[in-house]
Amino acid sequence: MYDISTLKGTDRRTFFKLAAAGGAAALAMGAGQAQAQRQRTNARIVILGAGAGGAAIANRLTERLDGARITILDPRAEHWYQPGFTLVATGLKPAGYTVSGTGDWLPRGIDYVAEAAAEIDPEANRITTTGGRRIDYDFLIVATGLVLDWDAIEGFSLDMAGPENGISAHYAGPEHSVKGWQALDRFLDQGGVGMFGRPATEMKCAGAPVKLCLLAEDMATTRGTRGKTQFIYNAQAPNLFGVPVIHHRVRQIMDERDITYRYRHVLKAIDVGAKTATYETPDGDVTDRWDFINVIPPQRAPQAVRDSGLSWAERWVDQGWIEVDMHTLRHARYANVFGIGDINGVPKGKTAASVKWHIPVVEDHLVAQIAGREGTTSYNGYTSCPLITRVGRAMLVEFDYEDNLLPSFPGIIAPLEELWISWLMKEVALKATYNAMLRGRA
Amino acid sequence: MEEMTLGTLIAVFEEMFGRGLFWTMVGVAVVITLAYLYVLVRDRAMSMRKFLLAQLSMPVGAVAAVAFVMWMTNSSFANIGGPIDWIVLLGVAVLGAVGFAILVYVVQSLLRGRPDEAA
Repeated sequence: MYDISTLKGTDRRTFFKLAAAGGAAALAMGAGQAQAQRQRTNARIVILGAGAGGAAIANRLTERLDGARITILDPRAEHWYQPGFTLVATGLKPAGYTVSGTGDWLPRGIDYVAEAAAEIDPEANRITTTGGRRIDYDFLIVATGLVLDWDAIEGFSLDMAGPENGISAHYAGPEHSVKGWQALDRFLDQGGVGMFGRPATEMKCAGAPVKLCLLAEDMATTRGTRGKTQFIYNAQAPNLFGVPVIHHRVRQIMDERDITYRYRHVLKAIDVGAKTATYETPDGDVTDRWDFINVIPPQRAPQAVRDSGLSWAERWVDQGWIEVDMHTLRHARYANVFGIGDINGVPKGKTAASVKWHIPVVEDHLVAQIAGREGTTSYNGYTSCPLITRVGRAMLVEFDYEDNLLPSFPGIIAPLEELWISWLMKEVALKATYNAMLRGRA
Repeated sequence: MEEMTLGTLIAVFEEMFGRGLFWTMVGVAVVITLAYLYVLVRDRAMSMRKFLLAQLSMPVGAVAAVAFVMWMTNSSFANIGGPIDWIVLLGVAVLGAVGFAILVYVVQSLLRGRPDEAA
């Protein structure tokens, strides 16, 4: 479970480097930037999913290709800025902060189908939509995202989430993030035991459960109710974070703030009436009482993707991530298929920051293939996470496949230091950069 | 995509403030700067009297700028964590101080007219 974290990587990098470079330098560089020449083609390109990855690549390809017939499929009318869910679930932003329209981000001149793929046939190069429409393609970009397997938690259903039961299920969306905040707010006033943790599968933004726990503890301290609250973080692995150096830092912070952490505890079942949670551990099941619990379920590829033959056969068999080359993001068995975002079966990178780094790689290799060339760019696993530790402070951790730290500003913004500037980036700059990415402009 | 361009910077700021507000702010900054150059060229000298008031108003601009950033974000002085945070905070203060000083100088010059007329 390496993935990790949340938002923006390049965003931050670009944003700060730009700011540092200053207006004049940026001006000179901007003026010197040659526009890439548009590639003439009549290729049929289908993009599955119009989330962060799908919308951004649609805009990039529209700019790079002349004459391509691009079709994008997404059944959800709302676009969710998912990196904002943590802020909504802690009462720092309203639900509307994370909601826009899917169609608002899509370029003109492409075919937007408000349906999902019911069937993907990479042998015949054909998609069948949930509405029964057949769409043939020359190139396929899988950017479906993932599905949250709430049913995998015994005794739990989403309608139980909210302040009445003390349950936060903020991964479910903006409305559930608000309900999650109402539950957390009540818990912070009344006190008791707060349970946090993450699933054993790969997950999007693996830093999010840690952030929610640290933010909640900080808020209890600010409110003066810390004395009657207990915080327990349940990690699925023998660490708190997949990258060792970050694990040690998080452990140190949790020690300093008297947050209990337990390794190899995977949430298995919930009894809402008794307010207990059962965790699977190497020593057998453990059942604990809680007053507040943040439920984050196992995460998997959508069923249509798992049925398509695009998934890895021998890895992540219970999850179904697609078999792409970890550096080119091209499918290992179907050269005309690429993956962007959460759906990719790569060791790291289920974050919006990673999406930002997936986009130019897929763009390069796809456009090069159309032009009869070889693409040259490579994805190194870049993932980043403004790991919020308090309201007003965060650690800007960035890392790659090799667990190396990749600070955007070595010597200036320390990755393992709790800084105000890192918080400002999360709160102020990230959504703006994310939006610019969606429009294909960053 | 990955490299820095003016286009990326503008795109991010447009998203941050909204296209209308961002370009309005750019416009206001440009107008004040042009007005400053205009009064300098018109008067052919810095008025030390006006400059004194402008300098005296600098702390007001500095405090206002820092307060604005704190108000716009969920932040407080307790969040200042490392050297870079102090540098950013001082940078905000300096920008506020200089910007406000220029504004005060320009407003005085425009309201009071040329030095010889005011004398």
